[in-house]
Amino acid sequence: MIRADAVSAIDSLASVEPAARPRRRGGASLRLALLGLALPLGALLVWEIAVRLGWAQGRLMPTPSVVAANLAQLAVSGDLWLHIRTTLLRVGAGFALGVVAGTALGVLAGASALGRALIDPTLQGLRAIPSIAWVPLFILWFGILEASKIALIAVGVAFPVYLGIFGAILAVDRKIIEAGRSFRLEGVALARRILFPAVLPHYVVALRSGLGLGWMFVVAAEFMGASEGLGYLLVDGQQLGKPAQIIGAIFTFAVLGKATDALLVAASAPFLRWQDTLGQTSGEGG
Amino acid sequence: MLTIQSVSKIYPGGAHALSNVSLDIDAAEIVAVIGGSGCGKSTLLRLVAGLDRPSSGRVLIDHEPISAPHPAVGVVFQEPRLFPWLTVAQNVGFGLSGASKPQQGARVAAALQRVGLADHARRWPRQLSGGQAQRVALARALAPQPRALLLDEPFSALDAFTRADLQDHLLSLWDELRPTLLLVTHDIEEALVLADRVVVMQSRPGRIAAVLPIALPRPRDRISPEFDELKREALRILGHSWRAPPHAIAAE
Repeated sequence: MIRADAVSAIDSLASVEPAARPRRRGGASLRLALLGLALPLGALLVWEIAVRLGWAQGRLMPTPSVVAANLAQLAVSGDLWLHIRTTLLRVGAGFALGVVAGTALGVLAGASALGRALIDPTLQGLRAIPSIAWVPLFILWFGILEASKIALIAVGVAFPVYLGIFGAILAVDRKIIEAGRSFRLEGVALARRILFPAVLPHYVVALRSGLGLGWMFVVAAEFMGASEGLGYLLVDGQQLGKPAQIIGAIFTFAVLGKATDALLVAASAPFLRWQDTLGQTSGEGG
Repeated sequence: MLTIQSVSKIYPGGAHALSNVSLDIDAAEIVAVIGGSGCGKSTLLRLVAGLDRPSSGRVLIDHEPISAPHPAVGVVFQEPRLFPWLTVAQNVGFGLSGASKPQQGARVAAALQRVGLADHARRWPRQLSGGQAQRVALARALAPQPRALLLDEPFSALDAFTRADLQDHLLSLWDELRPTLLLVTHDIEEALVLADRVVVMQSRPGRIAAVLPIALPRPRDRISPEFDELKREALRILGHSWRAPPHAIAAE
């Protein structure tokens, strides 16, 4: 299940979303954005009113105010920060490991035909294994504590990063490389001045899909036995019948996922400014 | 200045792209190479650029063999091939290494001034029109002050007005900097407007069919009777080379 989601998540990210989309200016886009909020906010409002007026019970599906109160209580007691910190550390460590491994393997496979022939079939084979299937093995190997969780997240992150950078290197325009060669660039200098900037936009997309999978896998990892973390809040909420806590944790996941993704985009934006100029083409004749 | 000595190029598939081609080009001379597709004219240019190696024979610049891209040789391709992640100024400065930063800046500014794009220095390549982009490519190739500039059908992707404009532009740049120009084109008129000599190539295997000296003074009038006469001459040679197989020409 998670695997299918993951694959479609990668597909949609890679095909639809360029790393830095040009920002439209003016009030029209703002109004459209607000329109997008109308549906979820309206639904929440209706639900809140329905429960307050006694039309619905709201025991299994608590109202926004109850969820907010629950979250606030967790925040005041300090538990929320503890769980957030634990989960963030897991995602951070797993993401870092996965990115390093995926990048190294992707560069190796993208840079030489020999490397590709050697690595790619094995990695494609491993990729076909639903990553959750590794869980029992990782627990045997690394124990029930942090190591097995981080390993699982790293595996989830590594594959999209590998595929992204591998494909991006293969797709670099041969003509641009040749233009670099005509300025006597070879080897490391060619990689630094031509390949790296050419690959960067695709690499950022790959990192974003990797990060998305990292968040997905941290939940799976925390399901397999944790005493801290947002995933633990989910399990705990289910076992003790606290739907408000579950929804609060889901909401926190959404905020953190979006925030870390935005951080990644913001960090890469200065290097991708050249892409951010659509629609500003000068119309003067040459 | 540029010496092409009995150069042959056979591709791994066995295709004979060039067979025993020899040509001497003087300093500051403009030579245009024309011919139908598959006559090996682009292959010839790539060998001079050092982007490919000849199967036999050699290419020299001022008696120095070319086996890899040479600092004294600049290349302009059919497409601008600008680096999209660099600004116009950064693109023009791409080949400038060694010089100090202020020196580089001055050279870039001068190069942009020469192609009339001084006020576009901070734009991105994708904000340029086709003609502007190709002018930036010209400036980029000329900024390191190469002794020879190679152009591979540089204006073929542009509309007729922009093309004529850029041809004039190229001539004024050449007048100022006096590099040797080797231009590959399939446009006979372009060859006749620009070149001191027009090399007509024919295919299978790629070789030189004729070399036409163009003695007309510049700027050249495209509708003068002399220009017309030369055009007819070039067409006649070209007509032979692509209509009749080699043995038929020999039989004539």
